[in-house]
Amino acid sequence: MYQLALSRMREFYREPEAVFWVFGFPIVLAFALGLAFRNTGPGKLQVGVVAGPGDSAVAVVLDSSPRLLATVLDTATARLRLRTGRVALLVIPGDPLVYRYDSTRTESGLARLEVDAVLQRARGRKDLVAVRDDRAVAPGSRYIDFLIPGLLGMNLLGSGIWGVGFSVVQARQRKLLKRYMATPMRRSHYLLSFILSRLVFLIVEVVALVGFGWLLFGVAVRGSFATLAGITILGSFSFAGLGLLVASRAKTIEGVSGLMNLVMLPMWILSGTFFSYARFPDAMIPFVKALPLTALNDALRAVMIDGAAVTSLGTPLAIVVAWGAVSFVIALKIFRWR
Amino acid sequence: MVAVAGLDLAVGTGECFGLLGPNGAGKTTTIEILEGLTAPDSGDVEILGTPWREGAAGRALRERLGIQLQETQLADKLTVSEVLALFRSFYRQSHTVEEVLALVELEEKRKARVVTLSGGQKQRLAVACALVSKPELLFLDEPTTGLDPQSRRQLWEIIRRFRAAGGTVLLTTHYMEEAERLCDRVAIMDHGKVIALGTPRELIASLGAEHVIEFALSDGIPDDLMDPIRGVGGVTAVRPGSGGLSLTVTELHRTLPALLALLQQRRLELSSLTTHHATLDDVFVALTGRQLRDT
Repeated sequence: MYQLALSRMREFYREPEAVFWVFGFPIVLAFALGLAFRNTGPGKLQVGVVAGPGDSAVAVVLDSSPRLLATVLDTATARLRLRTGRVALLVIPGDPLVYRYDSTRTESGLARLEVDAVLQRARGRKDLVAVRDDRAVAPGSRYIDFLIPGLLGMNLLGSGIWGVGFSVVQARQRKLLKRYMATPMRRSHYLLSFILSRLVFLIVEVVALVGFGWLLFGVAVRGSFATLAGITILGSFSFAGLGLLVASRAKTIEGVSGLMNLVMLPMWILSGTFFSYARFPDAMIPFVKALPLTALNDALRAVMIDGAAVTSLGTPLAIVVAWGAVSFVIALKIFRWR
Repeated sequence: MVAVAGLDLAVGTGECFGLLGPNGAGKTTTIEILEGLTAPDSGDVEILGTPWREGAAGRALRERLGIQLQETQLADKLTVSEVLALFRSFYRQSHTVEEVLALVELEEKRKARVVTLSGGQKQRLAVACALVSKPELLFLDEPTTGLDPQSRRQLWEIIRRFRAAGGTVLLTTHYMEEAERLCDRVAIMDHGKVIALGTPRELIASLGAEHVIEFALSDGIPDDLMDPIRGVGGVTAVRPGSGGLSLTVTELHRTLPALLALLQQRRLELSSLTTHHATLDDVFVALTGRQLRDT
């Protein structure tokens, strides 16, 4: 079994493309998304003032607010910019003043409040209650803090299913499985060797991604590293089992690719890798929560962001383990050895 | 679909037994049933005195076998010695990697990746994987198909040495020449049935003659020529051959002059004439009326 696992690893690291997709790609993805959604503090809101009598006076008042940037625009340009989202709100001077904006956009709602407050104060409205802002940045509240555990989960899923699925089907296609059957090798050893070799790659994957997030974006692991390691090991076993199940019958690479996408795509979308699954309708949530990737992502986030202890993660970890165990047992039963 | 029907074979210890036949004759199905890889619909198989069983008994039996399959492609990215180390790890007792490299003369290639090997070297590696377990019984499924003559001779030499050390071999081939050289006994198969069984010498002798004359005439064979040819001394059988006639004869030195005299007397012009010792190919043609290679 040790030799089998060793061969698996050798075959893998001698395939430069596979190495990139498993280790390089998630890091590139984290880097790109981390840059795109980096927190630079709330930027200035772009506001348009439609050309008309008194337009420049309104613009000057609005510009005096540190949170607004006002531009005077002619009617046609103003409408175009509002439609394409380059300004959050249009002020049409006159009596009454008109605010034109899309009420479903968060940004526009904010602009409406700020613009109104600034204009009303300029005309002499007094604040009746004294207030003070206490700005706090909660640790782990940035997008990248949310993203890194999600990418880790997605990566464990992807490498488990791809790594196991493709090599099983390839061995079957090359009649290598049949050749192994002609030796006294135990069948369970063959399947377990995949899980064992996954364990070794797992260390590299987790260290690379977590290390990367920590170095570049300062994403810290608030929980214990031992808990994180335990969760990733469980997740990796579980997905390797799922990978075996996916590959247990397929005869061709094309066939298994389709099955893999069928398994992975819904989870990528539903399981809260890139955005929170709380956005899905309430009726879907129990189903989404039963997916192994959702459970794994929840557990990873709980440890990395909230520093949760392993004892509080019973439910998600039980879901992860159940998926792995059930698929491994089914895979062993229905596996096509030739 | 039934690929093989009504097969009854017994192979003795220390023997080299050949299953011979064209593609699609059922050789591979037969050997895979014997190897315990395909379950027969009916009938009994005993290997080294034991029937195939699932589990520990089956594994114990596999310890004693060496198997080379027809189409196995070993992992491209591994080196020769890594592949052998892997297969070695499956067996309780086995040759060391170096020993088995020496058996198949792949010592210089030990560090080469499988993908860089030539066809002959890959095949020797496949045989090495079968030999690594120090088997008592070696199964080879078309070990030399598609190889150049030199590689074939190298493989024959490996098989010969294995037998010299007391091993039993069961091989399939569609090269009659290979069967004649290597095998003590052969079974000729066609359409899933054994159509002849015996030593190569016995099978050739069953033709009733040792030589074959094949000839063609420039204007084709006239119908009224058949009877006079059957009457030529020493001719035991007349069959249509490739573009002409094929005669099996007992004594070449008597029949050939008589045949030439007959043709001259009839003023028929020869376009080709060849003679050879009767081979298993001729046995196959005699039994099926087909050339082995056409099928």
